[in-house]
Amino acid sequence: MGLKTPLYDTHVQQGAKIVDFGGWDMPLHYGSQIEEHHAVRRDAGMFDVSHMCIVDLTGGRVRDFLRLLLANDVGRLKTPGKALYSCMLLPNGGVIDDLIVYYLSDTWYRMVVNAGTRDKDLAWIRRHAADFDVAVVERKELAMIAVQGPNARRKAALLLMPEQQAAVLELKPFFGAAFGSWFVARTGYTGEDGFEIMIPAAEAADAWNRLRQQGVAPAGLGARDTLRLEAGMNLYGNDMDENYHPLESGLAWTVAFEPTDRDFLGREALQRAQREAGRELVGLILEDRGVLRSHQKILVGGATTAGLSGEVTSGTFSPTLNRSIALARVPKTSQPTVQVDIRGKLHAARIVKPPFVRHGKPLIDIS
Amino acid sequence: MSNNIPSDLKYTKSHEWVRQAQGGALEVGITDHAQSALGDLVFVEVPDVGRALKEGEACAVVESVKAASDVYSPLAGKVVANNSALSSKPELLNEDPYGAGWLFRLETSAPLDAASFMSASAYETFLAEEAK
Repeated sequence: MGLKTPLYDTHVQQGAKIVDFGGWDMPLHYGSQIEEHHAVRRDAGMFDVSHMCIVDLTGGRVRDFLRLLLANDVGRLKTPGKALYSCMLLPNGGVIDDLIVYYLSDTWYRMVVNAGTRDKDLAWIRRHAADFDVAVVERKELAMIAVQGPNARRKAALLLMPEQQAAVLELKPFFGAAFGSWFVARTGYTGEDGFEIMIPAAEAADAWNRLRQQGVAPAGLGARDTLRLEAGMNLYGNDMDENYHPLESGLAWTVAFEPTDRDFLGREALQRAQREAGRELVGLILEDRGVLRSHQKILVGGATTAGLSGEVTSGTFSPTLNRSIALARVPKTSQPTVQVDIRGKLHAARIVKPPFVRHGKPLIDIS
Repeated sequence: MSNNIPSDLKYTKSHEWVRQAQGGALEVGITDHAQSALGDLVFVEVPDVGRALKEGEACAVVESVKAASDVYSPLAGKVVANNSALSSKPELLNEDPYGAGWLFRLETSAPLDAASFMSASAYETFLAEEAK
């Protein structure tokens, strides 16, 4: 018996196939993973993401604390409600976790970290927060529902009071705000527009059912994975972990080296890594039939890289492209095509720049 | 989880079903339990017509969003037909595993009754044991 979110009984009633996900009993799908995927790309779908860990950080020096703790710079956040995606690094540059942090006030930031890394994240955060007199409070009483898709915001807004609806629809991308007991953010993990809604656990089932009445399709972790991979978004534990730094995980854009006088955990190691050839995370699209899957070996051609190998970090079948796609870590000077060992046979795959799909549209030429 | 297990078919421990088809050939597919466990299928590879198969030989691949799985020939024989519709519509196997989702037909000299297949009730018991 695993951990259960406040929506567990609702999932079971609605026919979910439940699987273990990092110790949590979570819905894999409610019938067809591919139909749920298309619902999000074409209309609106919703995910229970209550297993994720919401942490409030408060104190007079909380900003200084986060500027040390995170590789991205919360100093860039000037408007209350604005969110930032960042990695939290070990001193050697290894990724402890990836997260979203919201700037709520000069003395209050909110972070959302992964479920599977909750304990080590909280321990790490608390260890460093002590020096800054920052209070670290996990908001276990909050559930979280991600409503995603081209019609997601409009449908979700209908659950709010009439006077709140216009305001929630005016939220800009990567901004969040409180609406009564809800905290609504225009963020997500699918490559579609939408909201992530933090809501008191006791209200979660009612909100879920009201969203369903608006035509928002329940979607499980299966669709969540194909959607995020099409969107070129990393999954912690697959595409990066403590053994890899952000620069070899496709996350260089999340590291704020400027201003140079900001010290952050991992900076020195990353500055050394910048000078090395190293590896990089790329997108792959399989030219043949078959499905790329994590841990498949990649053979790389080319004069300087011949004989070197890479590895698929996340692979799946893309329902939008009708082809298999992947994220893979390969030596940096790779050729435009590679060979992937799929069940003992070599298959050609093309290196592409993620995302594969964004706002319902393929971004990769597959003709 | 309830499974559809037609009483007129025979079953293997690797979750294939076998049906006596017209003209003496045997029709082979995977069970409702197997398709449900795999989830949405995205690729199905069936053996070429004319191919000679050994008993227990991996001869087809069913690949879902989640995993790839081999299908084993339940008997030795020669492939006399395959379900080419599955290459463009693999979802037929999810929708109708005992009908439109059949995989291939096998011409074999071995009589169906003589082989060590499970009956529907034996397969049901086998699934219950496996779930423990």
